[in-house]
Amino acid sequence: MSDAQISARDVKAAAAQWFERRNFWAWTAENESEFATWLNASLAHRAAYVRVEAAWKRTERLSVLKSAVRPQTQGPAAPRTQSRFWFFGTAVAAVVAVVAVLGVNAVWVAEKPEIQIYATAVGGRETLALTDGSKIELNTDTQLRTQITARERRVWLDHGEAYFQVQHDAAHPFVVIVGNHRVTDLGTKFFIRRDAAKVEVALVEGRAQVDALNNQSHAPSVEMMPGDVVVASANRIETQKRPVAALSTDLAWRQGLLVFKSTTLDQAAAEFNRYNHEKLVIAASAAQLKIGGTFQSDNIADFAEVAKEVLGVRIERDRDRTVISR
Amino acid sequence: MTETPDSRRDIADPCDLGAAMTASEVDLWFAREVLPLEAALMQFLQHHWRNRSDVEDLVQDVYVRLYEAAQKQIPEHPRRFLFTTARNLLIDRARRAQIIPIEALPDLDALDVALDTPGPERNAIARDELRRLQEALDCLPPRNREAVVLARIEGLTGREISQRMGLAEATVSHHLSNGIAALADMLYGDAPKDGANK
Repeated sequence: MSDAQISARDVKAAAAQWFERRNFWAWTAENESEFATWLNASLAHRAAYVRVEAAWKRTERLSVLKSAVRPQTQGPAAPRTQSRFWFFGTAVAAVVAVVAVLGVNAVWVAEKPEIQIYATAVGGRETLALTDGSKIELNTDTQLRTQITARERRVWLDHGEAYFQVQHDAAHPFVVIVGNHRVTDLGTKFFIRRDAAKVEVALVEGRAQVDALNNQSHAPSVEMMPGDVVVASANRIETQKRPVAALSTDLAWRQGLLVFKSTTLDQAAAEFNRYNHEKLVIAASAAQLKIGGTFQSDNIADFAEVAKEVLGVRIERDRDRTVISR
Repeated sequence: MTETPDSRRDIADPCDLGAAMTASEVDLWFAREVLPLEAALMQFLQHHWRNRSDVEDLVQDVYVRLYEAAQKQIPEHPRRFLFTTARNLLIDRARRAQIIPIEALPDLDALDVALDTPGPERNAIARDELRRLQEALDCLPPRNREAVVLARIEGLTGREISQRMGLAEATVSHHLSNGIAALADMLYGDAPKDGANK
């Protein structure tokens, strides 16, 4: 029977001690197995441990106070030197299997953590399940690299767009480096889109913090709330507010869809062209016409048909492009 | 969110041999769905159980029962499931101790509406989270607080904290784990009174 005889107070205290020892002091494989024995001895232990761990994760938000107090101490990342690892052709929609660097019971090793590269081709879409429980979904034409160290989990978004569902771990922050900016997750779902001109970070759930690397002007870091969209270009960061529900529109790609709402044909074409080798070209005469609806991102023909019906535009197709004009 | 495929009632059928949940799935579910209800659960238990000093242990027993059930199948309606479990636990205890008439317990069906609506407390908590965390931190005994601040805000290890505070490592360990335990109670057990905990 479940009714435990040990007092809840004692179990809570023990859970806090295990958590504290495990997270703030040297920790060996032997310690870990002692801990596992305790954890599995009773569901009361398990519940108490999960509870104290969750409480500590909640307090992670307090660490944003730090950035208000002192400038960032971390230097810029230097991924370039390590980028020789990669070897596969860009045309292949390749997502390499994840190496189990993050085994739950593994002792953290600090030396030479390996960098993994993941990429999708144009029109590709892949989900990366990290062994810590975090998930990264890569949209079309996207490349990112991961590196798990003893201190943090680090991801570089080289180009493209990805949706992050981060399994929070107090002791190992999840950091995404995108161009000159760093996004630190504080228990979060967010997505980042990077193209040549700018970086867009949108927070769906939880908290995150964005700051500039090489921060000579000491621009303050931005603490994001759900619905916040941070747009960072070469030398400015600005935050826009959007309803969280609206952000799901931007995530329609996870279902292979594009959602338009009073979107100009020009913008719509730019979106389609991210997903397809076949290009959609809009003549200047039709560029500012607006269209709404949900479309499959790989179906330009379908979109063109709808545009023709609704807007009365003309469509010409040749081998690898579709031209819409008025 | 994890949803179970069928919509059966609250108590997981012990004969159910469907896919068992992995430990971490249950942990995640527990942290996400159950822990935020701890304050409401405590209020419920305080209200329906004579001896208030039992409440903390009752919460623990409710959690154990929840875990046992969730390992077989994640309950679809966490709130409802939690309070049903709490009620059943009280009934079992009362029978064993023969101290209160079972009829004195609340009729859960009458609470249905309150139980299944998500309630505004989650949003309220999200909004006020930082302020609330700071308040919790401020309530800690000074040494506990200092250790927690150095660990959480400055990101120091135990050893670095002991150097900074000029205290033995064992002492720091004690302050830090006490502080963490107290924070957990404040963040979950002692929720803001303005939350809609019924």
